Amino acid sequence: MNSATPPLIEFRNVSKFFGSVIALQEVSFSVEAGGVSCCLLGDNGAGKSTLIKTLAGVHKPSGGEILLEGEVVEFDSPRDALDAGIATVYQDLALVSLMSVTRNFFMGREPLRRVCGINIFDVRRASQIAREKMAEVGINIRDPNQAVGTMSGGERQCLAIARAIYFGAKVLILDEPTAALGVKQSGIVLKMVAQARARGIGVILITHNVHHAYPIGDKFAILNRGRQIYYKDKKDASREEVLSMMAGGREWRELEFELKEFDHADGAKAKKKTARQVAGHDGRGERI
Amino acid sequence: MNSDTESAAASDERLRKISTFQAILHRPEMGAVAGAVIVFLFFGVVAGDSGMFSALGVASFLEWSAFLGIIAVAAALLMIGGEFDLSVGSMIGFASVCIAIPAVEWGWPLWSAIVFAFSMAVLVGCVNGTLVNKTGLPSFIITLAMLYILRGLTIALTRLFTNRTQVPGLRDSYEACTNDGCEFTDWLAPLFSARLWQDWLDWNGLPVVVVWFVLLTAAATFVLLRTQFGNWIFACGGDKNAARNVGVPVHRVKIILFITTACAATLFATIQVLDAGSADTQRGVLKEFEAIIAAVIGGCLLTGGYGSAIGAAVGAIIFGTVFQGIYYTGINTDWFKVFLGLMLIIAVIFNNYIRQKATRG
Repeated sequence: MNSATPPLIEFRNVSKFFGSVIALQEVSFSVEAGGVSCCLLGDNGAGKSTLIKTLAGVHKPSGGEILLEGEVVEFDSPRDALDAGIATVYQDLALVSLMSVTRNFFMGREPLRRVCGINIFDVRRASQIAREKMAEVGINIRDPNQAVGTMSGGERQCLAIARAIYFGAKVLILDEPTAALGVKQSGIVLKMVAQARARGIGVILITHNVHHAYPIGDKFAILNRGRQIYYKDKKDASREEVLSMMAGGREWRELEFELKEFDHADGAKAKKKTARQVAGHDGRGERI
Repeated sequence: MNSDTESAAASDERLRKISTFQAILHRPEMGAVAGAVIVFLFFGVVAGDSGMFSALGVASFLEWSAFLGIIAVAAALLMIGGEFDLSVGSMIGFASVCIAIPAVEWGWPLWSAIVFAFSMAVLVGCVNGTLVNKTGLPSFIITLAMLYILRGLTIALTRLFTNRTQVPGLRDSYEACTNDGCEFTDWLAPLFSARLWQDWLDWNGLPVVVVWFVLLTAAATFVLLRTQFGNWIFACGGDKNAARNVGVPVHRVKIILFITTACAATLFATIQVLDAGSADTQRGVLKEFEAIIAAVIGGCLLTGGYGSAIGAAVGAIIFGTVFQGIYYTGINTDWFKVFLGLMLIIAVIFNNYIRQKATRG
């Protein structure tokens, strides 16, 4: 942490109540400038969605403050947050599957060209930019007129992220970008996140998948039932630690599923250990 | 998981190989163009020597199609934007009397009556759009209510001011006829009632409605494909929430589209009223459905986000060709509606198939 430059974005004891429900209580974390990513982890109902919406300007915090580059900010609407350079890529991605890649990429912010006093949508330039930006993240689009509905989930996610970056995001909030994706597709998306980070964009990755979060995160915050139960830099946090914090008090069936994935990714050593763990706790003698 | 992604990758490759071919096939208006070819071939064979394709025959079905096309193109824009307007037909009747009553009963100059009718259209469009936006109810319901309200208003107001349900005698307000022929006395009237190139077209000249139809189709196509607003229309119809999340002013787009359909209905009414020289409170009955049918035949999806203005125009031409052509074939015209219904079902099934192709690859 560099004391000279303030963090790109910082949450200080942010709380959010809905009536008597405590959705978030005194959550604090920060994302430093110059390509740092913070992974927010948590199970369902942990408060991740509330947190994103607070960041994106949908909700106003009930307590605490949000600092953007050292200054306290209050967002009245998502538009304000967007104008401040905080781009949120929601799970629904804000893509229209019937529309083409180009039309989606520039939806709401179409490049215009003046011809005979009329502003026309510069489709050629738009297609060129969309193709270039997608190529930069390793996705080749032969035909920018191809409907987004024909793209894979990972490609769509990348399109949404590429769009946010192109339109000047300083902070990129990604809501469960790999939730609906297979292993290969998740890999494409995570690679893209790493690229965004390398360009100096602050990334806040919201996920419940430790195995996706760990390789990409510089710090980890874990939420549980609205409270922040864990917040550490990567150098102080082992994968096992994050995993066990995440798994604390949860049903084993879900963990078992995650461990299996962990297994494939992490080689034989971990495999043996996991197998022992699973067999020990499940009692049904899982074959691995 | 692995085999899943591999098969996905394989289908991607397959898609790319035939993408050019698919791009042509996937134009929304392709179905309508194919349909038009079939319809023309059919009547060419069945009614080829009956005078249907003589200059006069062509003019007659072209004029009918052009009338429908004007409202069909506007309805298509609105459908692509994700909404319906069932009040189009009633708006035609309402606009007719909005022109005729001031011009005939109150002695307004015709141009001011036309301007008045168009301002009423803007008002109706605003009301429709605002109600749909504010209530979040399906536009189907809101404009169905407007269908009855406008038709009721048309009849009630006409009876109130004229004690009749028809307003004849409009011709005097824009035409002066002598033995040598007629001349326009209103500066705005020629825009809606002239016949072009009468001298060198052997029939009674090209009806101006055809020109309006062509211009509107071209303008709508341009707006849809080459302007920012066009992209917003697709976005609103494709996914309202996504559009809003990226900053598209969804409410404004919808209000403008409802104003467009109401104004198209008023244009229809103006041309019709000046053509007939009278207004009738029953004008435009069922036209809203004909407009929607033409748009659907033209490739518009009922769920919005997909379609084309050219398609709707071709749909209107198919509609008009069948409607007029059936007289020439000697087939009992009772069968027209059966044919129409079948055509609609085929068009919808075809469109659904296209949509699945477009969205699932």
